[in-house]
Amino acid sequence: MHEITTTRNNPEIDPFLAVWKWEIPVYLFIGGMVAGMMIIAGYFLFKEKHKNSDSIANYIPLISIILLSLGMGALFLDLGHKLFVWRLYTTFKILSPMSWGAWILILVYPVILANMLMVPPSFILKRFQQIKMITKYINERPRLIQNIGIGNMLFGGILGIYTGVLLSTMGSRPLWNSSILWVLFLISGLSTAAAFVHMIAKNVNERELLAKADNGFLIIELIVILLMLIGLASSSQAQIQAASLLLGGPYTAPFWVFVVGIGIIIPLIIQLLAVNHKIKHTAVAPIMVIAGGLILRFVIVSAGQYSHYLYSYFR
Amino acid sequence: MVIDTKKCVGCMDCVVACKTENDIPEGHNRDWIVTITNGKYPDLNLEIQSQRCNHCDNTPCVACCPTGASHINEVGAVVLVTHSMCIGCKACIAACPYSARFIHPDGYADKCTFCIHRVENGKLPACVNVCPTHCMHFGDFDDPNSEVSRLISSRKNHPLIPEAGTSPRIFYLA
Repeated sequence: MHEITTTRNNPEIDPFLAVWKWEIPVYLFIGGMVAGMMIIAGYFLFKEKHKNSDSIANYIPLISIILLSLGMGALFLDLGHKLFVWRLYTTFKILSPMSWGAWILILVYPVILANMLMVPPSFILKRFQQIKMITKYINERPRLIQNIGIGNMLFGGILGIYTGVLLSTMGSRPLWNSSILWVLFLISGLSTAAAFVHMIAKNVNERELLAKADNGFLIIELIVILLMLIGLASSSQAQIQAASLLLGGPYTAPFWVFVVGIGIIIPLIIQLLAVNHKIKHTAVAPIMVIAGGLILRFVIVSAGQYSHYLYSYFR
Repeated sequence: MVIDTKKCVGCMDCVVACKTENDIPEGHNRDWIVTITNGKYPDLNLEIQSQRCNHCDNTPCVACCPTGASHINEVGAVVLVTHSMCIGCKACIAACPYSARFIHPDGYADKCTFCIHRVENGKLPACVNVCPTHCMHFGDFDDPNSEVSRLISSRKNHPLIPEAGTSPRIFYLA
């Protein structure tokens, strides 16, 4: 017999940790997707594909900025002590991924903005005529555009990696404490971004390229998920218990049905048929990928909080 | 801190004393009682533990804090939270393997302070002070002659979840 009873019943702590609700998964999802969009836009700039006027590199920066702001809004809503949010920017804590994240988010904005200023949206141009000068300055310098592309890929990569590192540095939560989690979040961010951009792309060649790229990302994501589970299941007791949450435990159905099935395998099959011209490109597969990416964050954040060290109480 | 599980009867005086001393809001606890039963009938083993923040040597809650609100005090290596610096991001709560922290209704992260306001004035933490069985001992582990040092060197003891790697500084005498 192993029995443990506790008189503690702190809100959001007991019976199991649930301090991070919808805001953090939504923020991690949006952060990952924006990171992916930055990498994709950066790649197109670097490869000079933006010269096609209908290239997505010319109009996704505005969407990225709006989405990132929504993500930061979700993050703000999660804070318990909202009026003190400015404290994030009075210091830099090298050991705190959240401190890194706060500063990364500040650095990401100007990089996306630089991309946006190449082809500013008309409603902004109407209000701020001076922007035309900056646009002209950038567009006269192909090397600068390539550097903006590199900057977008670099900071997009950092943003995507950070969303995983934020969780994986927490040794107290065995499910998160995997050195491969950042790869999973980065790849998932890329796949959801490719799916989203594929859905809204006007240029047929870009749409085809993004569908192919998304297939690659989805295959890698599947491999990373399997590697992460193998890593956890072959680790110490706490990690084995954490893996069991997804392998027979309470998070098994949402993880395998929604994340792996509907979020990866089915859209992968649909998109493989589409790129081989067996069926037409539709929004079905991208929507499934995006939904799967969102549910992945919900499952990992929720199951990660559920995972804990407990067995040692039973001595 | 050293807690003698052979003497603890789980009366919860420590819990009430903490709530009173520190004005802990209703429905929240900085310390609590855990009862662990092990074995097979009729050979059962019961251990009662008064638990709280372990004021670890290796503090994941302090490391992950983005503002420096969570910190170790200069004098006694006690882990504290400066309320006016805390943004309520809950990273420290997720980082604590003991789930010893919670969000205070006012929005900041809250936890046991070892009653630092009392200790600085030469008093014992409220929980230690009121314990009717004298099962709780508070002192300096750096002093080899202190009561707590002598207790852990002379009696079988264990910290909680040592495998989490946080080097907790509350020891339970078995």
